[in-house]
Amino acid sequence: MKAKIDRTYEGSFHIVGGDFSRAGEASTELKTILLRMGMDEEIVRRVAIATFEAEMNIMIYATAGILRYTITPEEIRVVAEDMGPGIEDIELAMQEGYSTAPDWVREMGWGAGMGLPNMKKNSDVFRIESVVGEGTTVEMTIRLGDCGEESR
Amino acid sequence: MKLKEIVEILSLKPLVPSAGLEREVSGGYVGDLLSDVMANAGEGNIWITLQTHVNIVAVAVFKNLSAIVTVNGRMPDADTMEKAAEENIPILLTGKSAFETAGKLYQILNAKGIQD
Ligand SMILES: Nc1ncnc2c1ncn2[C@@H]1O[C@H](COP(=O)(O)OP(=O)(O)OP(=O)(O)O)[C@@H](O)[C@H]1O
Ligand SMILES: [Mg+2]
Repeated sequence: MKAKIDRTYEGSFHIVGGDFSRAGEASTELKTILLRMGMDEEIVRRVAIATFEAEMNIMIYATAGILRYTITPEEIRVVAEDMGPGIEDIELAMQEGYSTAPDWVREMGWGAGMGLPNMKKNSDVFRIESVVGEGTTVEMTIRLGDCGEESR
Repeated sequence: MKLKEIVEILSLKPLVPSAGLEREVSGGYVGDLLSDVMANAGEGNIWITLQTHVNIVAVAVFKNLSAIVTVNGRMPDADTMEKAAEENIPILLTGKSAFETAGKLYQILNAKGIQD
């Protein structure tokens, strides 16, 4: 099934840390929007997982941020921006298994050091920028093209 | 294989009455690290874990898992159950360990030709 998208759709969610019971709300809402548009389920799954990981990182490390999405006929783009502590060594942070998650977060099952790799794996284009003391921006693009595997 | 049959054979205790057990199970995954489950669990899998806090429901939703089994008699938090009811995710409790539960489940699915 291919969704018919005739224009650009945009929206955003504010992510506030602390209340973990609300984690995933933004991703759930985005998922609902995409399904309602008739998007392919596999595409929706990839977007939801990548977005959820980004949402979690904001909640855990930055306490507050904003998640913006743009849906065009060609692609879905999600930008997660926070004004948290930033990441000193991005290459290290991108490595599977690297985590600085505090104990209370680990007790809840986060902190495998797999969130950023998961975001990358589920995106066709993945970008991360971070400035220590200023914040982190993660940009994930998932293509909607017919080319399937070719586009990944 | 239907979740209902597995619940019966393993004597799992369904904790979310509104979440029906008539769903198809495609396999299983064991893990307590949420991002690992997000990376490696398959659609329709039963997820065996000792995590009980509310974020497990979101993981199950985004991965389209068929159910969550909490092991060692670990009762999920109240807000976890609430969320699971909202999202229609079955949570099944067992007093057995993850090892025993996974072993049994593997046997059952293997016998049905779902897992080899
Ligand atoms: N938004 C952010 N702000 C500051 N630091 C971050 C941010 N996102 C990630 N990091 C840093 O990068 C590390 C790796 O992140 P990643 O999401 O891959 O793993 P994790 O969050 O530690 O564990 P998991 O995602 O598997 O639960 C984090 O432990 C943290 O040190
Ligand atoms: Mg993470």
